[in-house]
Amino acid sequence: MNKLVLKRKVNEVCFFVLVLLLVIVFISPFMVMVLTAFKTNSDAFTIPVRLLPRKWVAENFPAAFAAIPYFRYMGNTIFITVLSVIGQLLITPIVAYSLAKIKWKGADILSGLVMATMMIPITVTMVPLYKIYAKLGLTNTYVPLILPTFFGKAFYIVIVRQFFNGIPDSLIEAAKIDGANHFTCYGRIAMPLCKPVLTTIGIYAFLDAWSDYLYPLIFITKPEKYTLSLGLQQYMSEYSVDWARLMAAALVFVLPVILCFAIFQKNFVEGIATSGLKA
Amino acid sequence: MKGKKSKREQKEWLYGLLFASPWILGFLAFSVYPLISSLYYSFTKFNAVTAPKWVGLANFKDVFSDPLVWKSLLNTLFMAFVSTPVNLMVALLLACIVIKNFRGRGLVRTAFFLPSVIPMVAATMVWIWMFDPTYGYINNVLQFFGISGPAWLLDSHYTKWALVLMGTWNTGTTMLVCMAALQSVPNSYYESAEIDGAGVVKRFIYITLPCVAHVIVYQAILSIINSFQYFQQVYIIVTANAGVKGGSAAGGPENSILMYPLYIFHNAFTYLKMGKASAMAWLLFIVVAILTVFMTKVTKKVTEDAGGE
Repeated sequence: MNKLVLKRKVNEVCFFVLVLLLVIVFISPFMVMVLTAFKTNSDAFTIPVRLLPRKWVAENFPAAFAAIPYFRYMGNTIFITVLSVIGQLLITPIVAYSLAKIKWKGADILSGLVMATMMIPITVTMVPLYKIYAKLGLTNTYVPLILPTFFGKAFYIVIVRQFFNGIPDSLIEAAKIDGANHFTCYGRIAMPLCKPVLTTIGIYAFLDAWSDYLYPLIFITKPEKYTLSLGLQQYMSEYSVDWARLMAAALVFVLPVILCFAIFQKNFVEGIATSGLKA
Repeated sequence: MKGKKSKREQKEWLYGLLFASPWILGFLAFSVYPLISSLYYSFTKFNAVTAPKWVGLANFKDVFSDPLVWKSLLNTLFMAFVSTPVNLMVALLLACIVIKNFRGRGLVRTAFFLPSVIPMVAATMVWIWMFDPTYGYINNVLQFFGISGPAWLLDSHYTKWALVLMGTWNTGTTMLVCMAALQSVPNSYYESAEIDGAGVVKRFIYITLPCVAHVIVYQAILSIINSFQYFQQVYIIVTANAGVKGGSAAGGPENSILMYPLYIFHNAFTYLKMGKASAMAWLLFIVVAILTVFMTKVTKKVTEDAGGE
Protein backbone atom coordinates (compact mmCIF):
# COMPACT_ATOMS: atom_id res chain seq x y z
CA MET A 1 0.00 0.00 0.00
CA ASN A 2 2.79 2.39 0.92
CA LYS A 3 4.48 1.61 -2.34
CA LEU A 4 1.35 2.58 -4.23
CA VAL A 5 1.13 5.91 -2.45
CA LEU A 6 4.79 6.55 -3.16
CA LYS A 7 4.33 5.71 -6.83
CA ARG A 8 1.44 8.10 -7.01
CA LYS A 9 3.46 10.86 -5.36
CA VAL A 10 6.32 10.32 -7.83
CA ASN A 11 3.88 10.46 -10.71
CA GLU A 12 2.43 13.69 -9.40
CA VAL A 13 5.84 15.29 -9.07
CA CYS A 14 6.82 14.19 -12.58
CA PHE A 15 3.61 15.64 -13.96
CA PHE A 16 4.15 18.89 -12.10
CA VAL A 17 7.72 19.23 -13.41
CA LEU A 18 6.62 18.48 -16.98
CA VAL A 19 3.84 21.07 -16.84
CA LEU A 20 6.12 23.65 -15.27
CA LEU A 21 8.76 23.12 -17.96
CA LEU A 22 6.22 23.39 -20.76
CA VAL A 23 4.69 26.53 -19.28
CA ILE A 24 8.13 28.13 -19.04
CA VAL A 25 8.84 27.23 -22.66
CA PHE A 26 5.51 28.64 -23.81
CA ILE A 27 5.75 31.93 -21.96
CA SER A 28 9.42 32.47 -22.82
CA PRO A 29 8.76 34.56 -25.94
CA PHE A 30 6.44 36.84 -23.96
CA MET A 31 9.05 37.13 -21.27
CA VAL A 32 11.76 37.97 -23.79
CA MET A 33 9.52 40.57 -25.43
CA VAL A 34 8.67 42.33 -22.18
CA LEU A 35 12.14 42.15 -20.67
CA THR A 36 13.86 43.35 -23.84
CA ALA A 37 11.43 46.24 -24.10
CA PHE A 38 12.64 47.49 -20.74
CA LYS A 39 16.35 47.10 -21.49
CA THR A 40 18.59 49.64 -23.14
CA ASN A 41 19.71 48.37 -26.52
CA SER A 42 23.34 48.26 -25.40
CA ASP A 43 22.24 46.23 -22.40
CA ALA A 44 20.66 43.68 -24.74
CA PHE A 45 23.95 43.47 -26.62
CA THR A 46 26.29 43.13 -23.64
CA ILE A 47 28.03 39.86 -22.86
CA PRO A 48 27.32 38.05 -20.61
CA VAL A 49 23.71 38.25 -21.74
CA ARG A 50 21.37 38.66 -18.81
CA LEU A 51 17.72 37.73 -18.85
CA LEU A 52 16.69 40.64 -16.63
CA PRO A 53 17.55 44.22 -17.54
CA ARG A 54 20.64 45.49 -15.75
CA LYS A 55 18.76 48.74 -15.46
CA TRP A 56 15.01 48.97 -16.05
CA VAL A 57 14.26 51.77 -18.51
CA ALA A 58 11.03 52.96 -20.10
CA GLU A 59 12.68 55.19 -22.69
CA ASN A 60 12.30 52.59 -25.45
CA PHE A 61 8.61 53.33 -25.69
CA PRO A 62 8.78 57.06 -26.50
CA ALA A 63 11.83 56.38 -28.67
CA ALA A 64 9.96 53.67 -30.58
CA PHE A 65 6.94 55.91 -31.12
CA ALA A 66 9.19 58.67 -32.43
CA ALA A 67 11.30 56.50 -34.72
CA ILE A 68 8.42 55.69 -37.06
CA PRO A 69 4.96 57.32 -37.44
CA TYR A 70 3.68 54.84 -34.90
CA PHE A 71 0.43 56.53 -33.98
CA ARG A 72 -0.46 57.20 -37.58
CA TYR A 73 -0.03 53.49 -38.28
CA MET A 74 -2.07 52.69 -35.24
CA GLY A 75 -4.81 55.02 -36.47
CA ASN A 76 -4.74 53.33 -39.88
CA THR A 77 -4.96 49.93 -38.24
CA ILE A 78 -7.84 50.97 -35.98
CA PHE A 79 -9.74 52.42 -38.94
CA ILE A 80 -9.41 49.19 -40.92
CA THR A 81 -10.19 47.03 -37.91
CA VAL A 82 -13.37 48.87 -36.93
CA LEU A 83 -14.81 48.76 -40.44
CA SER A 84 -13.84 45.11 -40.87
CA VAL A 85 -15.55 44.11 -37.64
CA ILE A 86 -18.70 46.00 -38.64
CA GLY A 87 -18.69 44.32 -42.04
CA GLN A 88 -18.29 40.81 -40.67
CA LEU A 89 -20.91 41.29 -37.94
CA LEU A 90 -23.40 42.68 -40.43
CA ILE A 91 -23.09 40.03 -43.12
CA THR A 92 -22.03 36.77 -41.46
CA PRO A 93 -25.30 36.02 -39.57
CA ILE A 94 -27.45 36.81 -42.60
CA VAL A 95 -25.62 34.31 -44.77
CA ALA A 96 -25.47 31.75 -41.99
CA TYR A 97 -29.23 32.13 -41.49
CA SER A 98 -29.82 31.32 -45.13
CA LEU A 99 -27.66 28.21 -44.89
CA ALA A 100 -29.11 26.91 -41.64
CA LYS A 101 -32.66 28.10 -41.29
CA ILE A 102 -34.14 28.62 -44.75
CA LYS A 103 -35.26 25.38 -46.35
CA TRP A 104 -33.96 25.65 -49.87
CA LYS A 105 -31.89 23.32 -51.97
CA GLY A 106 -29.11 25.83 -52.47
CA ALA A 107 -28.25 25.70 -48.78
CA ASP A 108 -26.41 22.38 -48.99
CA ILE A 109 -24.51 23.28 -52.13
CA LEU A 110 -23.53 26.66 -50.72
CA SER A 111 -22.44 25.14 -47.40
CA GLY A 112 -20.07 22.91 -49.32
CA LEU A 113 -18.79 25.83 -51.35
CA VAL A 114 -18.24 27.92 -48.23
CA MET A 115 -16.08 25.16 -46.78
CA ALA A 116 -14.24 24.79 -50.07
CA THR A 117 -13.31 28.48 -50.33
CA MET A 118 -11.44 28.22 -47.05
CA MET A 119 -8.93 26.04 -48.84
CA ILE A 120 -8.22 28.37 -51.76
CA PRO A 121 -4.63 29.54 -51.34
CA ILE A 122 -4.32 33.31 -51.28
CA THR A 123 -1.24 32.98 -53.49
CA VAL A 124 -3.58 31.92 -56.32
CA THR A 125 -5.96 34.83 -56.00
CA MET A 126 -3.51 37.59 -55.12
CA VAL A 127 -2.21 38.37 -58.60
CA PRO A 128 -5.64 38.82 -60.24
CA LEU A 129 -6.93 40.75 -57.24
CA TYR A 130 -3.89 43.00 -57.32
CA LYS A 131 -4.42 43.56 -61.02
CA ILE A 132 -8.07 44.56 -60.61
CA TYR A 133 -7.45 46.85 -57.68
CA ALA A 134 -4.52 48.44 -59.50
CA LYS A 135 -6.69 49.01 -62.55
CA LEU A 136 -9.36 50.66 -60.41
CA GLY A 137 -6.71 52.79 -58.74
CA LEU A 138 -7.48 51.24 -55.38
CA THR A 139 -4.03 50.03 -54.36
CA ASN A 140 -2.67 52.14 -51.53
CA THR A 141 -6.21 52.61 -50.28
CA TYR A 142 -7.88 50.45 -47.65
CA VAL A 143 -10.62 49.25 -50.00
CA PRO A 144 -8.87 45.94 -50.79
CA LEU A 145 -8.53 45.27 -47.06
CA ILE A 146 -12.04 46.27 -45.99
CA LEU A 147 -14.28 45.43 -48.94
CA PRO A 148 -14.06 41.62 -48.62
CA THR A 149 -15.26 41.79 -45.01
CA PHE A 150 -18.65 43.01 -46.26
CA PHE A 151 -19.18 39.78 -48.19
CA GLY A 152 -18.82 37.29 -45.36
CA LYS A 153 -15.84 35.18 -44.42
CA ALA A 154 -16.20 31.42 -44.72
CA PHE A 155 -14.77 30.54 -41.32
CA TYR A 156 -17.17 32.86 -39.50
CA ILE A 157 -20.15 31.73 -41.55
CA VAL A 158 -19.40 28.12 -40.61
CA ILE A 159 -19.29 28.99 -36.91
CA VAL A 160 -22.56 30.94 -36.95
CA ARG A 161 -24.28 28.33 -39.12
CA GLN A 162 -23.28 25.69 -36.59
CA PHE A 163 -24.84 27.86 -33.91
CA PHE A 164 -28.07 28.35 -35.86
CA ASN A 165 -28.30 24.61 -36.42
CA GLY A 166 -28.67 24.31 -32.67
CA ILE A 167 -31.76 26.52 -32.65
CA PRO A 168 -34.92 24.41 -33.08
CA ASP A 169 -36.64 24.89 -36.43
CA SER A 170 -39.95 24.92 -34.59
CA LEU A 171 -39.21 28.41 -33.29
CA ILE A 172 -39.00 29.74 -36.83
CA GLU A 173 -41.90 27.58 -38.04
CA ALA A 174 -44.16 28.84 -35.27
CA ALA A 175 -43.40 32.44 -36.14
CA LYS A 176 -44.04 31.71 -39.79
CA ILE A 177 -47.44 30.23 -39.04
CA ASP A 178 -48.20 33.50 -37.30
CA GLY A 179 -47.50 35.17 -40.62
CA ALA A 180 -43.92 36.30 -40.11
CA ASN A 181 -41.62 36.28 -43.12
CA HIS A 182 -37.91 35.50 -42.98
CA PHE A 183 -36.95 39.12 -42.38
CA THR A 184 -39.00 39.21 -39.21
CA CYS A 185 -37.85 35.76 -38.16
CA TYR A 186 -34.27 36.80 -38.65
CA GLY A 187 -34.62 40.14 -36.90
CA ARG A 188 -36.85 39.03 -34.02
CA ILE A 189 -35.75 35.46 -33.34
CA ALA A 190 -32.42 34.51 -34.89
CA MET A 191 -30.49 37.73 -34.32
CA PRO A 192 -31.27 38.13 -30.62
CA LEU A 193 -30.41 34.48 -30.04
CA CYS A 194 -27.05 34.60 -31.73
CA LYS A 195 -25.60 37.44 -29.70
CA PRO A 196 -23.06 35.22 -27.89
CA VAL A 197 -21.74 33.74 -31.12
CA LEU A 198 -21.61 37.21 -32.65
CA THR A 199 -19.29 38.22 -29.82
CA THR A 200 -17.02 35.38 -30.87
CA ILE A 201 -17.14 36.47 -34.50
CA GLY A 202 -16.47 40.06 -33.54
CA ILE A 203 -13.38 39.05 -31.61
CA TYR A 204 -12.06 36.90 -34.43
CA ALA A 205 -12.71 39.71 -36.91
CA PHE A 206 -10.91 42.16 -34.66
CA LEU A 207 -7.94 39.84 -34.34
CA ASP A 208 -7.79 39.06 -38.03
CA ALA A 209 -7.92 42.68 -39.09
CA TRP A 210 -5.55 43.89 -36.39
CA SER A 211 -2.87 41.30 -37.18
CA ASP A 212 -3.38 41.04 -40.93
CA TYR A 213 -0.07 41.18 -42.70
CA LEU A 214 -0.49 39.67 -46.14
CA TYR A 215 -3.18 41.96 -47.56
CA PRO A 216 -1.45 45.16 -46.44
CA LEU A 217 1.80 43.76 -47.79
CA ILE A 218 0.27 43.19 -51.21
CA PHE A 219 -1.89 46.27 -51.55
CA ILE A 220 -0.18 48.98 -49.48
CA THR A 221 3.18 50.26 -50.62
CA LYS A 222 3.12 53.90 -49.51
CA PRO A 223 4.77 54.15 -46.08
CA GLU A 224 2.27 56.71 -44.79
CA LYS A 225 -0.55 54.23 -45.46
CA TYR A 226 1.10 51.35 -43.59
CA THR A 227 -0.67 49.43 -40.89
CA LEU A 228 1.14 48.60 -37.67
CA SER A 229 1.95 45.09 -38.80
CA LEU A 230 3.77 46.48 -41.83
CA GLY A 231 5.23 49.40 -39.92
CA LEU A 232 6.98 47.21 -37.38
CA GLN A 233 9.39 46.15 -40.07
CA GLN A 234 10.70 49.66 -40.38
CA TYR A 235 12.68 49.11 -37.20
CA MET A 236 14.54 46.47 -39.12
CA SER A 237 15.37 48.50 -42.16
CA GLU A 238 18.51 49.93 -40.62
CA TYR A 239 21.80 48.10 -40.80
CA SER A 240 21.39 46.65 -37.35
CA VAL A 241 18.13 46.14 -35.54
CA ASP A 242 17.34 48.13 -32.42
CA TRP A 243 15.74 45.19 -30.67
CA ALA A 244 14.85 47.09 -27.51
CA ARG A 245 12.76 49.59 -29.45
CA LEU A 246 11.30 46.97 -31.71
CA MET A 247 10.19 44.87 -28.74
CA ALA A 248 8.68 47.95 -27.08
CA ALA A 249 6.75 48.74 -30.25
CA ALA A 250 5.69 45.11 -30.68
CA LEU A 251 4.55 44.96 -27.08
CA VAL A 252 2.20 47.91 -27.53
CA PHE A 253 0.96 46.34 -30.77
CA VAL A 254 0.25 43.02 -29.05
CA LEU A 255 -1.27 44.42 -25.86
CA PRO A 256 -4.83 45.00 -27.19
CA VAL A 257 -4.87 41.42 -28.42
CA ILE A 258 -3.81 40.05 -25.05
CA LEU A 259 -6.37 42.23 -23.28
CA CYS A 260 -9.10 41.09 -25.61
CA PHE A 261 -8.07 37.49 -25.04
CA ALA A 262 -8.05 37.95 -21.28
CA ILE A 263 -11.61 39.27 -21.34
CA PHE A 264 -13.11 36.93 -23.93
CA GLN A 265 -11.11 33.74 -23.47
CA LYS A 266 -14.26 31.65 -23.36
CA ASN A 267 -15.41 32.84 -26.76
CA PHE A 268 -12.07 31.99 -28.34
CA VAL A 269 -12.17 28.48 -27.06
CA GLU A 270 -15.79 27.90 -28.04
CA GLY A 271 -15.35 29.12 -31.62
CA ILE A 272 -12.56 26.67 -32.29
CA ALA A 273 -14.06 23.81 -30.36
CA THR A 274 -17.42 24.00 -32.17
CA SER A 275 -16.00 24.30 -35.65
CA GLY A 276 -13.00 22.01 -35.26
CA LEU A 277 -11.14 24.37 -37.53
CA LYS A 278 -8.43 26.92 -37.44
CA ALA A 279 -8.97 30.53 -38.35
CA MET B 1 -52.46 21.83 -53.13
CA LYS B 2 -49.35 20.91 -55.10
CA GLY B 3 -49.20 24.28 -56.77
CA LYS B 4 -49.38 25.98 -53.41
CA LYS B 5 -46.50 23.92 -52.09
CA SER B 6 -44.26 24.69 -55.00
CA LYS B 7 -45.12 28.35 -54.64
CA ARG B 8 -44.02 28.18 -51.05
CA GLU B 9 -40.85 26.39 -52.12
CA GLN B 10 -40.22 29.09 -54.65
CA LYS B 11 -40.58 31.71 -51.96
CA GLU B 12 -38.09 29.90 -49.76
CA TRP B 13 -35.72 29.74 -52.70
CA LEU B 14 -35.96 33.48 -53.17
CA TYR B 15 -35.40 34.16 -49.49
CA GLY B 16 -32.50 31.75 -49.37
CA LEU B 17 -30.86 33.31 -52.37
CA LEU B 18 -31.47 36.81 -51.07
CA PHE B 19 -29.96 36.12 -47.65
CA ALA B 20 -26.99 34.29 -49.12
CA SER B 21 -26.44 36.81 -51.91
CA PRO B 22 -23.67 38.81 -50.19
CA TRP B 23 -21.55 35.71 -49.88
CA ILE B 24 -22.40 34.53 -53.40
CA LEU B 25 -21.35 37.89 -54.83
CA GLY B 26 -18.17 37.85 -52.76
CA PHE B 27 -17.51 34.29 -53.87
CA LEU B 28 -17.81 35.28 -57.52
CA ALA B 29 -15.71 38.41 -57.11
CA PHE B 30 -13.01 37.26 -54.70
CA SER B 31 -12.74 33.56 -55.50
CA VAL B 32 -14.19 32.49 -58.85
CA TYR B 33 -13.04 35.43 -60.92
CA PRO B 34 -9.46 35.44 -59.54
CA LEU B 35 -9.20 31.67 -59.95
CA ILE B 36 -10.24 31.79 -63.58
CA SER B 37 -8.17 34.79 -64.50
CA SER B 38 -5.21 33.29 -62.68
CA LEU B 39 -5.55 30.25 -64.91
CA TYR B 40 -5.64 32.51 -67.95
CA TYR B 41 -2.67 34.54 -66.70
CA SER B 42 -0.64 31.37 -66.29
CA PHE B 43 -0.54 31.11 -70.09
CA THR B 44 0.50 34.74 -70.54
CA LYS B 45 3.44 36.97 -69.89
CA PHE B 46 2.91 40.28 -68.13
CA ASN B 47 3.93 42.50 -65.27
CA ALA B 48 2.07 45.08 -63.23
CA VAL B 49 2.18 47.60 -66.07
CA THR B 50 1.95 45.69 -69.35
CA ALA B 51 -1.10 43.81 -70.58
CA PRO B 52 -1.03 39.99 -70.56
CA LYS B 53 0.37 38.47 -73.75
CA TRP B 54 -0.42 34.85 -74.65
CA VAL B 55 2.69 32.64 -74.52
CA GLY B 56 1.16 29.18 -74.36
CA LEU B 57 2.95 26.73 -72.09
CA ALA B 58 6.13 28.80 -71.78
CA ASN B 59 5.48 29.66 -68.12
CA PHE B 60 5.00 26.03 -67.17
CA LYS B 61 8.20 25.04 -69.00
CA ASP B 62 9.93 27.84 -67.13
CA VAL B 63 8.50 26.60 -63.82
CA PHE B 64 9.53 22.99 -64.31
CA SER B 65 13.05 23.87 -65.44
CA ASP B 66 13.68 26.37 -62.65
CA PRO B 67 15.84 24.68 -59.98
CA LEU B 68 14.59 27.17 -57.38
CA VAL B 69 11.03 25.95 -57.90
CA TRP B 70 12.14 22.43 -57.01
CA LYS B 71 14.20 23.71 -54.11
CA SER B 72 11.22 25.65 -52.77
CA LEU B 73 9.00 22.62 -53.24
CA LEU B 74 11.40 20.46 -51.22
CA ASN B 75 11.54 23.09 -48.48
CA THR B 76 7.76 23.18 -48.38
CA LEU B 77 7.51 19.40 -48.27
CA PHE B 78 9.95 19.40 -45.38
CA MET B 79 7.69 21.73 -43.45
CA ALA B 80 4.63 19.67 -44.36
CA PHE B 81 6.03 16.33 -43.29
CA VAL B 82 8.30 17.27 -40.40
CA SER B 83 6.38 20.11 -38.84
CA THR B 84 3.00 18.37 -39.05
CA PRO B 85 3.78 15.29 -36.94
CA VAL B 86 5.84 17.34 -34.49
CA ASN B 87 3.03 19.85 -34.03
CA LEU B 88 0.41 17.14 -33.67
CA MET B 89 2.40 15.34 -31.01
CA VAL B 90 2.96 18.56 -29.10
CA ALA B 91 -0.72 19.50 -29.42
CA LEU B 92 -1.81 16.08 -28.23
CA LEU B 93 0.58 16.21 -25.28
CA LEU B 94 -0.68 19.67 -24.30
CA ALA B 95 -4.29 18.53 -24.69
CA CYS B 96 -3.67 15.48 -22.50
CA ILE B 97 -2.31 17.82 -19.83
CA VAL B 98 -5.06 20.42 -19.85
CA ILE B 99 -7.93 17.92 -19.74
CA LYS B 100 -6.61 16.69 -16.41
CA ASN B 101 -8.06 18.14 -13.28
CA PHE B 102 -5.48 20.05 -11.30
CA ARG B 103 -5.11 23.38 -9.64
CA GLY B 104 -4.05 26.18 -11.98
CA ARG B 105 -5.29 24.27 -15.00
CA GLY B 106 -6.97 27.37 -16.46
CA LEU B 107 -3.73 29.34 -16.30
CA VAL B 108 -1.78 26.51 -17.91
CA ARG B 109 -4.30 26.32 -20.72
CA THR B 110 -4.01 30.06 -21.23
CA ALA B 111 -0.23 29.81 -21.40
CA PHE B 112 -0.48 27.11 -24.07
CA PHE B 113 -3.15 28.83 -26.11
CA LEU B 114 -2.19 32.49 -25.90
CA PRO B 115 0.66 32.25 -28.47
CA SER B 116 -1.89 31.33 -31.14
CA VAL B 117 -3.66 34.66 -30.89
CA ILE B 118 -0.52 36.80 -30.96
CA PRO B 119 -0.23 38.68 -34.28
CA MET B 120 2.15 36.74 -36.41
CA VAL B 121 4.39 39.65 -37.27
CA ALA B 122 5.10 40.37 -33.62
CA ALA B 123 5.54 36.69 -32.78
CA THR B 124 7.93 36.09 -35.66
CA MET B 125 10.01 39.09 -34.72
CA VAL B 126 10.38 37.91 -31.13
CA TRP B 127 11.50 34.54 -32.44
CA ILE B 128 14.04 36.13 -34.78
CA TRP B 129 15.44 37.93 -31.75
CA MET B 130 15.40 34.76 -29.66
CA PHE B 131 17.23 32.90 -32.44
CA ASP B 132 20.07 35.44 -32.46
CA PRO B 133 23.21 33.27 -32.29
CA THR B 134 25.07 35.38 -29.73
CA TYR B 135 22.57 37.53 -27.88
CA GLY B 136 19.43 35.46 -28.36
CA TYR B 137 17.48 33.81 -25.56
CA ILE B 138 17.66 30.28 -26.94
CA ASN B 139 21.39 29.97 -27.36
CA ASN B 140 22.00 31.58 -23.99
CA VAL B 141 19.69 29.09 -22.31
CA LEU B 142 21.47 26.29 -24.16
CA GLN B 143 24.81 27.69 -23.07
CA PHE B 144 23.59 27.66 -19.49
CA PHE B 145 23.33 23.89 -19.88
CA GLY B 146 26.73 23.72 -21.53
CA ILE B 147 25.45 23.32 -25.08
CA SER B 148 26.71 25.67 -27.73
CA GLY B 149 23.77 26.38 -30.00
CA PRO B 150 23.85 26.76 -33.77
CA ALA B 151 23.36 30.01 -35.68
CA TRP B 152 19.72 29.00 -36.34
CA LEU B 153 18.28 31.40 -38.91
CA LEU B 154 21.71 32.24 -40.29
CA ASP B 155 22.87 28.67 -40.86
CA SER B 156 21.20 26.86 -43.75
CA HIS B 157 21.42 23.53 -41.88
CA TYR B 158 19.29 24.82 -39.04
CA THR B 159 16.91 27.35 -40.59
CA LYS B 160 14.11 24.87 -41.21
CA TRP B 161 14.51 23.31 -37.78
CA ALA B 162 14.19 26.80 -36.34
CA LEU B 163 10.90 27.12 -38.21
CA VAL B 164 9.73 23.77 -36.86
CA LEU B 165 10.57 24.90 -33.34
CA MET B 166 8.79 28.18 -33.89
CA GLY B 167 5.76 26.29 -35.20
CA THR B 168 5.35 24.26 -32.03
CA TRP B 169 4.68 27.50 -30.18
CA ASN B 170 1.56 27.91 -32.29
CA THR B 171 -0.17 24.63 -31.59
CA GLY B 172 -2.80 26.17 -29.33
CA THR B 173 -5.70 25.85 -31.72
CA THR B 174 -4.85 22.25 -32.58
CA MET B 175 -4.59 21.62 -28.85
CA LEU B 176 -8.13 22.89 -28.34
CA VAL B 177 -9.48 20.67 -31.11
CA CYS B 178 -7.65 17.66 -29.67
CA MET B 179 -8.96 18.59 -26.24
CA ALA B 180 -12.56 18.53 -27.44
CA ALA B 181 -11.92 15.15 -29.06
CA LEU B 182 -10.31 13.70 -25.94
CA GLN B 183 -13.19 14.86 -23.80
CA SER B 184 -15.63 13.03 -26.05
CA VAL B 185 -14.07 9.65 -25.20
CA PRO B 186 -16.44 7.96 -22.75
CA ASN B 187 -14.96 7.59 -19.30
CA SER B 188 -16.37 4.09 -18.97
CA TYR B 189 -13.86 2.86 -21.58
CA TYR B 190 -11.00 3.90 -19.35
CA GLU B 191 -12.60 2.49 -16.25
CA SER B 192 -13.12 -0.97 -17.71
CA ALA B 193 -9.58 -0.93 -19.11
CA GLU B 194 -8.23 -0.02 -15.72
CA ILE B 195 -10.09 -2.94 -14.20
CA ASP B 196 -8.48 -5.16 -16.83
CA GLY B 197 -5.14 -3.82 -15.64
CA ALA B 198 -4.13 -1.67 -18.60
CA GLY B 199 -1.50 0.95 -17.77
CA VAL B 200 -1.41 4.59 -18.83
CA VAL B 201 0.52 3.91 -22.03
CA LYS B 202 -1.66 0.97 -23.05
CA ARG B 203 -4.80 2.92 -22.34
CA PHE B 204 -3.50 5.76 -24.50
CA ILE B 205 -2.60 3.49 -27.42
CA TYR B 206 -5.65 1.21 -27.36
CA ILE B 207 -8.40 3.57 -26.25
CA THR B 208 -7.49 7.21 -26.65
CA LEU B 209 -5.77 7.06 -30.04
CA PRO B 210 -8.45 5.04 -31.87
CA CYS B 211 -11.18 7.24 -30.42
CA VAL B 212 -9.60 10.48 -31.59
CA ALA B 213 -8.01 9.10 -34.77
CA HIS B 214 -10.42 10.83 -37.15
CA VAL B 215 -9.70 14.20 -35.55
CA ILE B 216 -5.96 13.64 -35.76
CA VAL B 217 -6.10 12.57 -39.39
CA TYR B 218 -8.21 15.63 -40.21
CA GLN B 219 -5.84 17.94 -38.38
CA ALA B 220 -2.82 16.30 -40.03
CA ILE B 221 -4.16 16.87 -43.52
CA LEU B 222 -5.27 20.39 -42.62
CA SER B 223 -1.79 21.06 -41.32
CA ILE B 224 -0.21 19.73 -44.53
CA ILE B 225 -2.51 21.97 -46.56
CA ASN B 226 -1.52 24.91 -44.38
CA SER B 227 2.16 24.06 -44.90
CA PHE B 228 1.64 24.54 -48.61
CA GLN B 229 0.56 28.07 -47.79
CA TYR B 230 3.34 28.72 -45.28
CA PHE B 231 4.45 32.13 -46.29
CA GLN B 232 4.25 35.06 -43.92
CA GLN B 233 6.70 33.85 -41.30
CA VAL B 234 9.43 33.13 -43.83
CA TYR B 235 8.75 36.38 -45.62
CA ILE B 236 9.27 38.29 -42.39
CA ILE B 237 12.42 36.35 -41.54
CA VAL B 238 13.85 36.79 -45.00
CA THR B 239 13.17 40.53 -45.08
CA ALA B 240 14.55 40.91 -41.58
CA ASN B 241 17.74 39.22 -42.73
CA ALA B 242 17.89 41.25 -45.90
CA GLY B 243 17.17 44.59 -44.25
CA VAL B 244 14.75 46.37 -46.49
CA LYS B 245 11.24 45.34 -47.55
CA GLY B 246 11.63 43.31 -50.72
CA GLY B 247 15.23 44.46 -50.76
CA SER B 248 16.74 41.22 -51.86
CA ALA B 249 15.73 38.17 -53.79
CA ALA B 250 16.29 36.28 -50.62
CA GLY B 251 15.08 32.89 -49.56
CA GLY B 252 17.23 32.78 -46.45
CA PRO B 253 20.74 31.34 -46.26
CA GLU B 254 21.31 29.29 -49.43
CA ASN B 255 17.57 29.61 -50.09
CA SER B 256 17.00 27.11 -47.33
CA ILE B 257 13.71 28.70 -46.30
CA LEU B 258 12.56 29.65 -49.76
CA MET B 259 9.07 28.19 -49.46
CA TYR B 260 6.95 27.58 -52.53
CA PRO B 261 4.43 30.36 -51.75
CA LEU B 262 7.29 32.74 -50.94
CA TYR B 263 8.79 32.05 -54.35
CA ILE B 264 5.39 32.72 -55.93
CA PHE B 265 5.24 36.02 -54.10
CA HIS B 266 8.77 36.96 -55.20
CA ASN B 267 7.97 36.07 -58.79
CA ALA B 268 4.80 38.13 -58.73
CA PHE B 269 5.85 41.20 -56.82
CA THR B 270 9.66 41.26 -56.73
CA TYR B 271 10.61 39.99 -60.19
CA LEU B 272 7.24 41.03 -61.67
CA LYS B 273 6.94 37.74 -63.56
CA MET B 274 3.23 37.58 -62.89
CA GLY B 275 2.55 34.95 -65.56
CA LYS B 276 5.06 32.56 -64.06
CA ALA B 277 3.72 33.30 -60.58
CA SER B 278 0.22 32.44 -61.77
CA ALA B 279 1.43 29.18 -63.29
CA MET B 280 3.13 28.24 -60.01
CA ALA B 281 0.04 29.29 -58.07
CA TRP B 282 -2.25 27.14 -60.17
CA LEU B 283 -0.05 24.10 -59.68
CA LEU B 284 -0.29 24.78 -55.95
CA PHE B 285 -4.04 25.15 -56.21
CA ILE B 286 -4.36 21.74 -57.87
CA VAL B 287 -2.29 20.09 -55.14
CA VAL B 288 -4.30 21.76 -52.39
CA ALA B 289 -7.59 20.85 -54.08
CA ILE B 290 -6.58 17.19 -54.30
CA LEU B 291 -5.49 17.22 -50.66
CA THR B 292 -8.79 18.81 -49.64
CA VAL B 293 -10.87 16.18 -51.42
CA PHE B 294 -8.64 13.51 -49.92
CA MET B 295 -9.14 15.07 -46.48
CA THR B 296 -12.93 14.97 -46.63
CA LYS B 297 -12.88 11.39 -47.97
CA VAL B 298 -10.45 10.12 -45.34
CA THR B 299 -12.20 11.76 -42.42
CA LYS B 300 -15.52 10.40 -43.61
CA LYS B 301 -14.07 6.90 -43.85
CA VAL B 302 -12.27 7.07 -40.51
CA THR B 303 -15.41 8.38 -38.85
CA GLU B 304 -17.49 5.60 -40.36
CA ASP B 305 -14.95 2.98 -39.31
CA ALA B 306 -15.09 4.32 -35.80
CA GLY B 307 -18.83 3.78 -35.86
CA GLY B 308 -19.86 7.30 -36.74
CA GLU B 309 -19.95 10.29 -34.52
